[in-house]
Amino acid sequence: MAQYQNIFTRVQVRGPIYAGTPMEARSAFSRTTTPGFSHLFGRLGDAQVGPIYLGMSGIASLICGFIAFEIIGLNMWASVNWDPVQFVRQLPWLALEPPAPAYGLHIPPLAQGGWWIMAGFFLTASILLWWTRVYLRARALGLGSHTAWAFAAAIWLYLVLGFIRPLLMGSWAEAVPFGIFPHLDWTAAFSLRYGNLFYNPFHMLSIVFLYGSTLLFAMHGATILATSRYGAERELEQIADRGTAFERGGLFWRWTMGFCATAESIHRWAWWFAVLCPLTGGIGILLSGTAVDNWFIWGQHHGLVPVYPPSWGKVLDPSTLPGAPR
Amino acid sequence: MAMLSFEGKYRVRGGTLVGGDLFDFWWGPFYVGFFGVTTVFFSLLGTLLILYGAVLSHTFNIWRINIAPPDIGYGLAFAPIKEGGLWQAITICAVGAFCSWALRQVEISRKLGMGYHVPFAFSVAIFAYVTLEVFRPLLMGAWGYGFPYGILSHLDWVSNTGYQYLHFHYNPAHMLAVTFFFTTTLALSLHGSLVLSAANPKPGESMKTAEHENTFFRDIIGYSIGTLGIHRLGLFLALSAGFWSAVCIIISGPFWTGGWPAWWGWWLNLPIWR
Repeated sequence: MAQYQNIFTRVQVRGPIYAGTPMEARSAFSRTTTPGFSHLFGRLGDAQVGPIYLGMSGIASLICGFIAFEIIGLNMWASVNWDPVQFVRQLPWLALEPPAPAYGLHIPPLAQGGWWIMAGFFLTASILLWWTRVYLRARALGLGSHTAWAFAAAIWLYLVLGFIRPLLMGSWAEAVPFGIFPHLDWTAAFSLRYGNLFYNPFHMLSIVFLYGSTLLFAMHGATILATSRYGAERELEQIADRGTAFERGGLFWRWTMGFCATAESIHRWAWWFAVLCPLTGGIGILLSGTAVDNWFIWGQHHGLVPVYPPSWGKVLDPSTLPGAPR
Repeated sequence: MAMLSFEGKYRVRGGTLVGGDLFDFWWGPFYVGFFGVTTVFFSLLGTLLILYGAVLSHTFNIWRINIAPPDIGYGLAFAPIKEGGLWQAITICAVGAFCSWALRQVEISRKLGMGYHVPFAFSVAIFAYVTLEVFRPLLMGAWGYGFPYGILSHLDWVSNTGYQYLHFHYNPAHMLAVTFFFTTTLALSLHGSLVLSAANPKPGESMKTAEHENTFFRDIIGYSIGTLGIHRLGLFLALSAGFWSAVCIIISGPFWTGGWPAWWGWWLNLPIWR
């Protein structure tokens, strides 16, 4: 049983630094020329750190991201009267909140949510610029654009939460606040407001793909490590010319569950599971409050609610109670 | 159907843990083995018991079926079959089937000359399940604390259990688990994308290599973990998600009975800034 299971690299072989595949000749930017080695990184993966490519969109993205980070941080600091100790102490509770509902889609004064809009603008600009960088780098190296489109799925969820759904609801107040505990509070309140998000079928799908992605990576990572003595980590070579590593890995799953992927198709499974998680999640958020007001009652209409012993009365629609906003 | 073109040379005898050569054969694409027999036994029995539970609860609507654990009043005793005994029998079948499945994976790993990473990874999932259905009820003193079997009813259980601790997002182990779930999905999308983008390059280009993969990630973020490292990282992230999920529920009740938001009082009351 005490066999080598290839969890860590035991002997690190140091070759010369690899500068990367050739750059296109007419590029205005170049890679930094100071790569190094990290022994600690080499224990788990590749020891080489750097070089990095500094492009126009990358630099612009970092600047926008820095501005957003500063707006959020300084607003939080201001909220504790610029007390540095209280800033650290209360940091997990501090927030930069979106404007109050009364402002609708108007732009409020800075201290009443204007800073939130500005931080959101710069964070969004930063993310979109980073998407551009991912797309352009893939094209410059002659790769497919799969990473950029997977990233776009995550951006979809981000835009639904902070931009598209508030727009449809007619109020920036619908958006998520910046802050550690505050965004968790928002999530819990959102589920309660729309009558239990667990009854939202797109939320169900999103969770399925979240857990499914974790299951897939456990299966895939474990299979590759278990066949690494046959060179299974050389996946591109195995895609072009299947060898004994992937024959064994594939047969393992075929014998276990009657079905297996190939060196290429397992990565298509991976891509779709990971991409569908934010894609379906974004749909679920977008429908809440716009198309469906109470997912539990929606579930009652569609025969989802479990059969329980009759110890409770009929559940009332809270929106029909006196005093409910209409 | 029964065999892939390269499969014949791998179908050799040996590698079994129990039963010698007696169960060392295949049924269609499936390997059987001693633990294949026990898997079929437990999963068939468990499925039939679930169907019986559906009959008892007067619904075959897959969303609405609910097979609940015994009332808290039964404590850790066996309950009558119609009052939670069914849930107890199904739980025994589930644990039996999951462990059989893991041991069958060990036998298949041995037969194929592979490491034991897959059965180890699966055992982390079993650990999380057993934590929810056995360890936590044992610590709480009643089987009634286990979650019920049913698609929406187990979601209701998650809601109810979460709100018993006021706001479960404040549970630090839950935070870790969710972070690991999200990070695993992010890493999986990056890994899947990278391999597909190198195998399916932009039109007119020939297939790319691991050097292109490394260059892409070093260009973007200054570091590429490499073809072997990404699988170590992915397995670590995925197993951490399962492990911390188990931790976050085992500490809720047996070790912390208040609301999770109040747990953070220790941070606010640290001597350095009290």
